[in-house]
Amino acid sequence: MAGFLEGLSPIWQGLQQAFNLLISLDPQILRITALSLIITMSAVLIGSLISIPLGSVIAYGKFRGRNALIWLIQTLYAFPTVVIGLIVFLFIRKTGPFGSLNLLFTPQGMIIGQTVLVLPIITGLTISALVAVDLTIRDTITSLGATRLQFLISALKEARFAILAAIALAFGRAISEVGAAIIIGGNIASPGNFYTSTRTLTTAITLETGKGDIALSIALGIILLLIALVINIVISIVQNR
Amino acid sequence: MLERMNFKKTLFVLSIVVIVLTGIAFSGCTTTTPPTTPQKQDLLIATTTSLYDTGLLDYLGGIFGPEYNANLRITAKGTGQALELGQNGDVDVVMVHDRAREDTFLQNGYGVDRRVFAYNYFIVVGPPSDPASVKGMTATQAFDTIYKKAQTDPKTIFVSRGDASGTHAREQLLWKNAGYNYSNIRASGSWYVESGTGMGATLLIAEEKDAYTLSDVGTFLAYEGNLTLVPLVDKGDDLLNVYSAMIINPAKFPDTKVQLSKDWINWLMTPKGQDLIANYGVDKYGQQLFYPARDNWELLGVTQAETQTPIP
Repeated sequence: MAGFLEGLSPIWQGLQQAFNLLISLDPQILRITALSLIITMSAVLIGSLISIPLGSVIAYGKFRGRNALIWLIQTLYAFPTVVIGLIVFLFIRKTGPFGSLNLLFTPQGMIIGQTVLVLPIITGLTISALVAVDLTIRDTITSLGATRLQFLISALKEARFAILAAIALAFGRAISEVGAAIIIGGNIASPGNFYTSTRTLTTAITLETGKGDIALSIALGIILLLIALVINIVISIVQNR
Repeated sequence: MLERMNFKKTLFVLSIVVIVLTGIAFSGCTTTTPPTTPQKQDLLIATTTSLYDTGLLDYLGGIFGPEYNANLRITAKGTGQALELGQNGDVDVVMVHDRAREDTFLQNGYGVDRRVFAYNYFIVVGPPSDPASVKGMTATQAFDTIYKKAQTDPKTIFVSRGDASGTHAREQLLWKNAGYNYSNIRASGSWYVESGTGMGATLLIAEEKDAYTLSDVGTFLAYEGNLTLVPLVDKGDDLLNVYSAMIINPAKFPDTKVQLSKDWINWLMTPKGQDLIANYGVDKYGQQLFYPARDNWELLGVTQAETQTPIP
């Protein structure tokens, strides 16, 4: 058994090599990072466009089963990403219902997976944000004779910080998930065509650690942490408005 | 009013973040993507981790790609998973190493045009201390000895792929040849560990546990720098490891890129492709990782046509 300090030296070497890769802007790292950002940004954008209107309808709507629906959405915050991956995989593979679209092992397929992941998060937190808008403000808006649309726009304005935080949170969860990304994407490098590559930060870390390429894994891990840090800063700026 | 100011500030910060991130994203594209001609075709291949983890396919794809204006997209799975993807038409080509399941795959009409392009050997590797003293035995003797020793010695451990891969299939065959029922082996105690993952990761697990495992020689050599494990058994016909490629049957899945698939497999079988395979990694690892199949069909027990005749 190696001593503790001896055991630290390969980690230290890995860190040094990782920093060299980062400083030299290693093209492989740039590709992987760029692809991760593009996929997750697309998923969060699509997710927001669906979830914010949907959340508004649920927050201010009056219909049977509303509470059960909210409860269900909140439960789905913890939807295991591998299960999302499995379900999307089964639907988009050739023999599945959407097989003719050829989405398996493509970035587009991965965007679908991440969109499914962020939908309940953004929807649920939008609902919470809108419900939390002060009742007196809501009453004031209504008493001023606002139409339903005007009312909704004012309420969304009031809740904008909380909704932005929700989007940032969803972004953080989507970019750091690995289960769905591996099942749907397959961790394909695709050297000749950037837009058909499916190797993202998380899947590359999983693969490269298995391959024994520790430096690359550490470098990609540092980038993931930096992204998480940026998201955290955004959330705290938003919340300490 | 104050809140409005702050919101603008937040939006400002957010837009900067987005611009910077997009900048990174696009610099990633522009610096690394060569201008792609519109005709460049993607070929999707499901392969075994033992073939992929050595880096062979990335290397060959880097030479084949420009020549044929093609872009190889490779997803590394076990043979079982690769064949399952093939059965559902999710890929164009499968490159695997399990003759028995390949035969079934072809008989059931999922694949066509099998060609054998390379071979090497499986090896039994283990810790240098070799607690069961299997060095120099035949594979079946070694398996038998490991099993018996493990019943009394807690230091004797075997790590199995446990993932329906080609290597896992060979391991099961070796247990059978050694006179054991595989399901009994699986259930016989904590000495038998299933990693459920690829060859490279399995070697790293065996390394951590000071355990024995069955590996293909290519992956072992590619990982040797990170390992203290040593090869203990590396001789015998039952350790022959034969790699084949098959095209997914276009009659079942019309989307299969038949022409490019043929080009790829035929290119592998050319004397040039075979030389590239034979020389791959020799400078780095000091020995051959793969042997060309072209002139060794008798040794491999396959037909001459499978190793030499291009797919028409």
